Amino acid sequence: MSDYVIEMINITKKFPGIVANDNITLQLKKGEIHALLGENGAGKSTLMSVLFGLYQPEEGYIKKDGKKVIINSPNDATALHIGMVHQHFKLVEIFTVLDNIILGAEPTKYGFIERKKGAERIKKLSEQYGLSVDLNAVVEDITVGMQQRVEILKMLYRDNDILIFDEPTAVLTPQEIDELMKIMKNLAAEGKSILFITHKLNEIMSVADRCTVLRKGKCIGTVNVADTTKEELSEMMVGRKVEFSVQKPEITPGEVVLEVKNVSVASKIHKGEAVKNVSFNVRQGEIVCIAGIDGNGQTEFIHALSGLDKVKSGEILLKGKNITHAPIRERSKDGMSHIPEDRQKHGLVLDYSLEDNLVLQKYWEPEFVNKGFLRRKNIRKYAEKLIEQYDVRSGQGPITICRSMSGGNQQKAIVAREIDKNPDLLIAVQPTRGLDVGAIEYIHKQIVSQRNSMKAVLLVSLELDEVMDLSDRILVMYEGEIVGELDPKTTTVQELGLYMAGAKRNVGENHE
Amino acid sequence: MPLVLEYTLVFTTVLALVALGGMFSERSGVINLGLEGIMVIGALAGAIVTSVLSKANCPNFLNVIVSIIASMISGWLFSMLLGIACIKFKADQTITGTALNIMSTALAVVIARMYTKTPSSQVDYTRQIYMFSYDGNVGIFLIFMLVATFASYVFLFKTSGGLRLMSCGEHPQAADSVGINVYKERYLGVSISGILGGLGGFAYIVQSAGQWDFKYGVTGFGFLALAVMIFGQWKPIKILLAALVFGLCQTVAIIYSGTLGIPQFVYKMLPYIVCMIVLVLTSKKSRAPKAEGQPYDQGKR
Repeated sequence: MSDYVIEMINITKKFPGIVANDNITLQLKKGEIHALLGENGAGKSTLMSVLFGLYQPEEGYIKKDGKKVIINSPNDATALHIGMVHQHFKLVEIFTVLDNIILGAEPTKYGFIERKKGAERIKKLSEQYGLSVDLNAVVEDITVGMQQRVEILKMLYRDNDILIFDEPTAVLTPQEIDELMKIMKNLAAEGKSILFITHKLNEIMSVADRCTVLRKGKCIGTVNVADTTKEELSEMMVGRKVEFSVQKPEITPGEVVLEVKNVSVASKIHKGEAVKNVSFNVRQGEIVCIAGIDGNGQTEFIHALSGLDKVKSGEILLKGKNITHAPIRERSKDGMSHIPEDRQKHGLVLDYSLEDNLVLQKYWEPEFVNKGFLRRKNIRKYAEKLIEQYDVRSGQGPITICRSMSGGNQQKAIVAREIDKNPDLLIAVQPTRGLDVGAIEYIHKQIVSQRNSMKAVLLVSLELDEVMDLSDRILVMYEGEIVGELDPKTTTVQELGLYMAGAKRNVGENHE
Repeated sequence: MPLVLEYTLVFTTVLALVALGGMFSERSGVINLGLEGIMVIGALAGAIVTSVLSKANCPNFLNVIVSIIASMISGWLFSMLLGIACIKFKADQTITGTALNIMSTALAVVIARMYTKTPSSQVDYTRQIYMFSYDGNVGIFLIFMLVATFASYVFLFKTSGGLRLMSCGEHPQAADSVGINVYKERYLGVSISGILGGLGGFAYIVQSAGQWDFKYGVTGFGFLALAVMIFGQWKPIKILLAALVFGLCQTVAIIYSGTLGIPQFVYKMLPYIVCMIVLVLTSKKSRAPKAEGQPYDQGKR
């Protein structure tokens, strides 16, 4: 018997114009959690797709338990007990949790599904591994965290013993991440081998046994996590030293740019209000951060502020002008820029080219349109300028379809478009969600430089580190209300956590 | 049997059969706008086969069986044009379906004229052999419809085949990732819609008249069936109920033209007005299979 359950030996996979995997070797031991670390576009997903049978490598081979195997399709992978939790869950929203888990491997008698039998088996598994799910709930009604547990149960139900997690924490809240880490340790303790794709160093340090680092398609090395440090790993990943802390000079805030007065927003889920009587302001030259656990009204508030949804009561003033009911275009022209939470839904037209997306906030200006006809040459020139200036990397430059770009570069494109508008107020909602350290560092720098040039910045973030590092003032949102205003210099992460959990408050007690 | 009840049963039968067919296609992820055309082709094949068999003095029982099977097979073959174009070649489903509709009437007229060897596209047949009673209007299609409704319900919600079919209309990538062949399931969905659509077309003309001029197609019943399917929320039992509502409206339109001092046009418009009102009222809650209309490409992730 070999020491390794899976060995990928000298894998090379080429795409037109790019070598996605260049002679990579990855060996997975039984019962270990093996992290695969790399920036966006480093080749992690390609390598896992090769293992899962979605791509065939040009060179190299795969061994399972020391024997050479050929994996031509996901079905072959399943037959070898390799399972994968994809970054974007593959769940049928209108099906129940039970139906989703058994889909494709239904227990049947004469073609009829034996749901009871399936349910019993799943219950046993969920108890064994500590994965609580509600089998009869419909997937679209359950939380993202539970959806992920459903995906894990799907793998376990198929008796998979090699589990691939493709950036599993990108969509989770901090609490859910902690829980996932526990689950992963449980799985490994029960003898499952885990491949964990990520670019978050904290997670690797807390759960992984070993870590293989990829950079630009090449394997940089495999290290024991216990013998290394965050700094060392990030240097391996990026190829240079990365600054984790953000440097920003002291500035005295200027005039008030955004004034929010007693704003309430109706909830879409229940009859009450998602945002209750929120008041605050943002001044020139400061970063105000709305912190909170996901789902406490931040999304609804930002939708109302940016004009995507209606305000129920209250007023919003931008540079003294009442924009409470103004259309989005007007808000934008008045100096509001918005880096939206869901970059694929609200930030980009995914099937448009990069240049068309970059000009989306400007295409009506005479520079880009003449009597209703687009001035393509100027658009191209403008796009090329932004691509260069903001280092947006893509396969074919301005004519790349945005869907094909990596998450980090999609985000850079949005940041370029929104900042180049020269806004008075920049709203950035979870601007670094799902990005790698290099891209995070870059976007943080951009946000801070906006502040330094006396712009007002409103940041919404779920990442505590980001909140503490970037902001000049922190507003904590809990159940639709602002429950605390904190100064990051005098507060601690622990204290912030208490406010976020609703255990503590220092403003708004009499608002009810 | 009172005429109102009789006609309602006739129309309900046709609408439910065709709407169920549409449901299978859409549940698998293919929008089937070509139902009207499929009905026309099914009706034509059934009419010609039964007409030929009658002339050849074929026993009635055999005549009925063979003609019905002919309508199903022709409906299925015609639906495969949609299937191959949209599943294999990933053509736009809306346009292909519309093309099928336009083609069907023209094709039917040509074939009917070849059959009658006259400039007329009218085919005559003995409708009585399909009816429960000699002078009645309700045919044995009622039984087919009831069986199809019940069987659809069981298939979709109780068997693994149904679960797999539905997953392809909702999230084909998810289906693919657990080893389900999305293309196969979609061909299955379109096939069932072709079979039920062809049968529905034949049921419509046989129960309506003793001869049929194919230049009229099937007078928009395929489109009405699409509305029934949407009103029925892509669920078998609800589709049956929706078909009853629309069947009743259609009956009122035919039987009560010109009474009560209301112009007959109002009655004639009734099914379509009801159709529009119902769709407007239910459109907010209406939930079509999520991935319908999107060609599935295994390579694209």
